[in-house]
Amino acid sequence: MPETLFDKLWRAHEICQLSDQQSLIYVDRIVLHERTGSIALASLAARGRAVRQRRHAFCTMDHIIDTTPGRNDNTRMPGGRDFIIATRTAAQEMDITLFDINDPDQGIVHVISPELGIAQPGATLVCPDSHTCSLGGLGALAWGVGSTEATHALATSTLRVRRPGNHRIEFVGDLPAAATAKDMILFVIRELSAAGGAGQALEFAGAAVRQLSVEGRLTLCNMATELAAFTAVIAPDQTVFDYLKGRPYAPTAAYWQAAETHWRTFFSDPTARFDHETTLSISHLKPQLSWGTSPQHSMDWDATIPDPEQAGDAVTRDAWRQAQRYMHLQPRSRLSDYRIDAAFIGSCTNSRLSDLRMAGDYLRRSGFRVAPGVKALCVPGSGRVKRAAEAEGLDEVFRSAGFEWREPGCSLCFYAGGEHFDEGARVVSTTNRNFEGRQGLQVRTHLASPLSVVASACAGYLTAAGPH
Amino acid sequence: MQGFQSHTGVMMPLLRDNVDTDVIIPSREMRTVSKTGLLEGLFAPWRYLQVDERVPNTDFPMNQSSFNGASILLAGTNFGCGSSREHAVWALMEAGFRVVIAESFATIFFNNALRNGLLPVALSREALIDLMEWCAIDPQVHRPTVDLQTGTVEAGHQQIMFEMASDARTMLLSGLDEIGLTEQNRDAIETFENQDRQRRPWIYLDQR
Ligand code: SF4
Repeated sequence: MPETLFDKLWRAHEICQLSDQQSLIYVDRIVLHERTGSIALASLAARGRAVRQRRHAFCTMDHIIDTTPGRNDNTRMPGGRDFIIATRTAAQEMDITLFDINDPDQGIVHVISPELGIAQPGATLVCPDSHTCSLGGLGALAWGVGSTEATHALATSTLRVRRPGNHRIEFVGDLPAAATAKDMILFVIRELSAAGGAGQALEFAGAAVRQLSVEGRLTLCNMATELAAFTAVIAPDQTVFDYLKGRPYAPTAAYWQAAETHWRTFFSDPTARFDHETTLSISHLKPQLSWGTSPQHSMDWDATIPDPEQAGDAVTRDAWRQAQRYMHLQPRSRLSDYRIDAAFIGSCTNSRLSDLRMAGDYLRRSGFRVAPGVKALCVPGSGRVKRAAEAEGLDEVFRSAGFEWREPGCSLCFYAGGEHFDEGARVVSTTNRNFEGRQGLQVRTHLASPLSVVASACAGYLTAAGPH
Repeated sequence: MQGFQSHTGVMMPLLRDNVDTDVIIPSREMRTVSKTGLLEGLFAPWRYLQVDERVPNTDFPMNQSSFNGASILLAGTNFGCGSSREHAVWALMEAGFRVVIAESFATIFFNNALRNGLLPVALSREALIDLMEWCAIDPQVHRPTVDLQTGTVEAGHQQIMFEMASDARTMLLSGLDEIGLTEQNRDAIETFENQDRQRRPWIYLDQR
């Protein structure tokens, strides 16, 4: 019977069916961070259990640790030091691989999983973090879980999982030069809504996806959770295999050929049936910016902000009103009417080398500097990204343009009571969530690609880069 | 985990779509490596006018006496979207909530709820609105009963059916612990691993 990519991934890991809805799925890799992983490890210890396959579990420090140079266990987040120490102690006691604060391979969990070869095509990976779906960009079946499920995975190497539906999202046309993978995914969320992928495993397909680098694919899959999807996957191809070769936890030379042969079987058969299919034309895709407090509140960067009076139903109208009140925006105005206070490049969505290059090239080419009064930050996603960027002189490019250059971590992607943007600040950000208070109290976040963030930072107001 | 059979309680309406876990329990309110101590942080961004001073926002239903002791929450589509933090479930339960009725749920939240004995009930928008109107007459007196065994929400003379997958229902009714359940499949797991090691030896890093 013809199968989808997801069907094949599922079948390859299905130990048995537990009921007509649920299967026991083998979990190849478990990745943890100090925010939620600490609790999963503590629960495991409280039950007197060990990690069943301790070489398959990895832990990093990314959420709570400071990203200012010279950092240590102290962090501005209340209680943060306890999370760091608890995680370190638990990881050592459980004898799992830990990428601690000053480890050269430390970084944001979803940035290091692919770059160290922990995540692989055709493999399952879970992490108590919603953006685990990023790893679908490699052709892995990866999804976010809660702490209790993470404990289950650590204890048993399995999870009891309800089988999601299949939904293929096919992009038609070539991606215009001014648009990026980030614009593609914001466009998808805008079209399908923040609940548009509920209960589904998405597959991103089409020539434009195949032309994306691995890093672009990771960006695309990263925000599947913003569609409420179970996860997203992209069929692995030569681009992925070339990317993985030689990475520390990737298959060694002895197994490489067998692994590659195995990986090549993971694609959707031409006649496979999907529960849903969506086709989106991107030939004329413009850079996308979010205006509201849900990623579905996104639009072409130069469009007008919607008028709640024109909303289709009362709940939407109220949601738009509330979002516009929070964001301090007028209906029918344009985003370019609004000055920004800050610009942020970073997060598991857009903190990889290609993202930094994209923003850095803009600064190099234009010779622009950050506009006066705008606080601008660039936070590389990992130690490896940071060193590679520095080897190309990107740190100097950012610094001399007026950006701060930080140590790797989640940083100001989210506010946990520590570092934050000023109360009420308007921030243009490469992150994935524009929820109320996400980057600080009353902070107004506009989601954008690295290119749009750097262009806005230099202009001092919301805009996109490129000829317009 | 706490089992769930049937529950009658005051319902608190929060009919908004996409209520995310950052609003349910903001990251800054999760201060210790623990599943408790979350009560004050529940819905902090909406519940307080001044978060730091805990100045209550009287527009928010949690701060209104008619919803005192509320144990059933009602919301719109995609409840619990955003971060995977299980703290959202723990915080709701610490505040006494046993049921969330919504038009739909984000998957991770739904799974987290099941694993802690918080019942997630999905109903159509029309049913939600009917229910809300009935409760609004007098929330302290018009208290719905949610029965998992029969799969119904009872509100006055209305009886609204809801779906719950049989395995999830069994788990909730019994309050069974999943790790214990999965241990019963130990042989199947080992058989799978032994075959898989032949098929995908590179996955098994203990051999390196
Ligand atoms: S960068 Fe942001 S979204 Fe990504 S894992 Fe860290 S906190 Fe979560």
